[in-house]
Amino acid sequence: MSRTHVTCTINGDEVEFLAFDGQTLLDALRDEVQLIGVKEGCSTGDCGACSVILDDMLTCSCLVFAPEVEGRSLTTVEGLAEGDQLHPLQQSFLEGAALQCGICTPGFLVAAKSLLDKNPDPTEEEVRYAVAGNLCRCTGYDKIVRSILSAAADIRETM
Amino acid sequence: MTTTQPEYKWVGTRPVRHDGLDKVTGRARYGADLALPGMLVGVVVRSPHPHANIVSIDTSRAELIDGVKAIVVGADFPVIGHDDSADAGEGVVDYRDLSRNVIARDKVLYEGHPVAAIAATSSTAARMAAEAIEIQYETLPYVLTVDEAMAENAPILHDDLITKGVSTSMGETNIASRELHEGGDLDAGFAQADVVVEREFTTKAVHQGYIEPHAVVADTGEDGRSVVWCSSQGHFLVRTQTAKVLGWEPSQIKVIPAEIGGGFGGKTTIYLEPLAVMLSAKAGRPVKLVMSRDEVFRASGPTSATRIRVKIGADKDGKITAAQAWLAYTAGAFKGSPVGPGCDCILTPYVIENFLIEGYDVVTNTAKVTAYRAPGAPMAAFASETVLDEIADELGIDPIDLRLRNAVKEGARAVYGPKFRRVGFIETLEAIKDHPHYKTPLGPNQGRGIASGFWFNGGLESSATVNINEDGTAVVVTGSPDIGGSRAAMAQMAAEELGIDVYRIRPVVADTESVGFTDVTGGSRVTFATGMAVVEACRKVVGLLSERAAKVWGVDQSEVEWVDGQAQHVLGAHSPLTIEEIADGAADTGGPVTASAAVNARGVGMAFSTQLCDVEVDTETGAVKILRYTTAQDAGRAIHPSYVEGQMQGGVAQGIGWALNEEYIYNNDGVMENPGFLDYRIPVASDLPMIDTVIVEVPNPNHPYGVRGVGEVGIVPPMAAVANAISDATGKRITDLPMSPTRIVKALMDNED
Repeated sequence: MSRTHVTCTINGDEVEFLAFDGQTLLDALRDEVQLIGVKEGCSTGDCGACSVILDDMLTCSCLVFAPEVEGRSLTTVEGLAEGDQLHPLQQSFLEGAALQCGICTPGFLVAAKSLLDKNPDPTEEEVRYAVAGNLCRCTGYDKIVRSILSAAADIRETM
Repeated sequence: MTTTQPEYKWVGTRPVRHDGLDKVTGRARYGADLALPGMLVGVVVRSPHPHANIVSIDTSRAELIDGVKAIVVGADFPVIGHDDSADAGEGVVDYRDLSRNVIARDKVLYEGHPVAAIAATSSTAARMAAEAIEIQYETLPYVLTVDEAMAENAPILHDDLITKGVSTSMGETNIASRELHEGGDLDAGFAQADVVVEREFTTKAVHQGYIEPHAVVADTGEDGRSVVWCSSQGHFLVRTQTAKVLGWEPSQIKVIPAEIGGGFGGKTTIYLEPLAVMLSAKAGRPVKLVMSRDEVFRASGPTSATRIRVKIGADKDGKITAAQAWLAYTAGAFKGSPVGPGCDCILTPYVIENFLIEGYDVVTNTAKVTAYRAPGAPMAAFASETVLDEIADELGIDPIDLRLRNAVKEGARAVYGPKFRRVGFIETLEAIKDHPHYKTPLGPNQGRGIASGFWFNGGLESSATVNINEDGTAVVVTGSPDIGGSRAAMAQMAAEELGIDVYRIRPVVADTESVGFTDVTGGSRVTFATGMAVVEACRKVVGLLSERAAKVWGVDQSEVEWVDGQAQHVLGAHSPLTIEEIADGAADTGGPVTASAAVNARGVGMAFSTQLCDVEVDTETGAVKILRYTTAQDAGRAIHPSYVEGQMQGGVAQGIGWALNEEYIYNNDGVMENPGFLDYRIPVASDLPMIDTVIVEVPNPNHPYGVRGVGEVGIVPPMAAVANAISDATGKRITDLPMSPTRIVKALMDNED
């Protein structure tokens, strides 16, 4: 079986891997790069658990073939913290009890980061629509939305 | 709302959960996150037919495909009899049925029923092999609903099925059992009524919808032992059930719990585990099986579709004089729908002297139902709480006052038998009545609904071990998978008992060989029952620590008190010894400080919830928008209020999905048409408002901290609350779920006729 050599930047580091024919970015991240924080909930782009930021665009990694990221830059949940410093979203999810089982959490954090990178002061409605592609079955979204709004306020304060 | 409010340092606070960091950084390992050297990947071959005899299975072509290392079919597994059954914590399990649900033998009973499984060096090879297996089916007529399955001359799923709970044989049947609760004089009761309302309801099958699909890795050795990693709501249950299906002893299997990505009852059974163990045994290598979302929908869960009739009579003061209910629930391919708990819960919030409740457990050619959050109760409450709302309407009585007039309290007898101990139903009604939400004005096309619900909660078996480390910190080991913050609750109770900081405690969920037997994380039981085991183990540890201090001081242990994490001499004759000092010197005073406790927890505290919902109905499109939602629930005591609120909010959100969107849709071939999150639409963030919570605390006197259990009852009232709000907005009673736009528009058009 032939494999494609892929070079890209993941969470700031240059990464090389070999992709199988037809392998999705989701599978390549998990199986070839060992970034297991990227979760598979549906593999049809409906649940958002596999969300990554690909060149500034929020993307379901299950809808992208691995070789498509050649030369591009992506961020996963593993890239949110800086050293031992959690991202304000991570901190606020912890303090706001925004996770129960936690399987959707990486996707929500990535989607929320993508929102706040573009809109540092979103309304509740903007937050709700920005994460409408991310499914959570545990929380009813209340504490997730509050935690994103609270992290946005924290980030604005430190800017 | 509490009668007494003891002073606690940790119980009732909101510490960051101990497993939180791993879950916000992507480190946490869920079911599909493990990879072992030499690991094979597998696929399951499933029936395309809802009902068929398997004429033949030929795997010879598939075996020749490069990379294929093992193939298993039903005949590879032992034949198990019906007489082998056991209580699995969320209902009785018939191991014969379980084994045939894991893999079909001679007959497939639903579309998606496993027929074979393959392990190969790549998923491509495994999928090619799946295509190459030749299976000949003889298709049979099928039944998908209770109406079809209960009809005369209906196609029969199991020719050996005998209806339990009836005195005369019903011949060949799809009715697995009949439940009956009877009391008083029904005719006399209805004769006393000034108003009688009778309605019929239907609900569709809905899925638990956990975001993490089922996943397992099994590594079976030449010694006939297997190590199994999987996410489940109970790894001891996985061990027992997997062993039964394989014909092994439970001790031949070690199950290591992965983090679990949601369960809601749906992970209180097994699907893939015996297949993975058997494939691994055949191949001599580790095997991983992961369900696709499509497989999750077709072949795991869901909960029952139902038809329910409810008739309630009340006098002009609103006192219920009689009530009658008839419930039929689909069980899926094998007996065991939650119609029993449905019958037990349907009228239980109210004091009713004259009643007749009968229920039917009906097998159908659909995936075997699995527990889903308060199994059986939500659809029952949808029916009864809607009828009660209509009675309040007809009598011109406030719906909360109507419920208050009939509400159960301590000493009342539940329709299903037992007498209530102290319960907080009335307190939840009052909490909603007093809430500002209840008095807020509504606009045009807006409506407000209330509904209540009951759930038993569970006790069952739990074990815990508490080890004091040499640095004075503590490890709290339990066997209860943590789905929604229970590690934090365990640590908080332990911190309270040991008198040390909650972050000096490490709560751990251990494998089946590292902690005593523990039943499933289900029945809202973990904080209650496993919490009791943790508290008991901590108290033993405090006893040991005090004994060590007595030894150091050369005094009798009765002279030692344990206060704030240190031993104090009652007369102050010795300087206090901290837990760190005692732990550090433990070698000289008798060795490591450790204690275990095990409980079969009694004295469970029953749960009630009352919920208030505002909707706006778009009269052109039929779309229903949830404007505002408030839920009040008796938690007994909230150990970690944030996660109690989270359970309340999560239950409401699932209930709203059940009310408005979610349903299994089958085509004319008996095949599920919407097995993905695009077409099976669970609520998303933009569908919902904030969900306000009122935690009512009427402590359970049988738990050291008053805990009742909070996980399930929150999903019982929402469908009725939403339906009652829609009725208030439109004047139309919707009696079929989901209350989709089409259905609403149709109801509104009927209005114009």
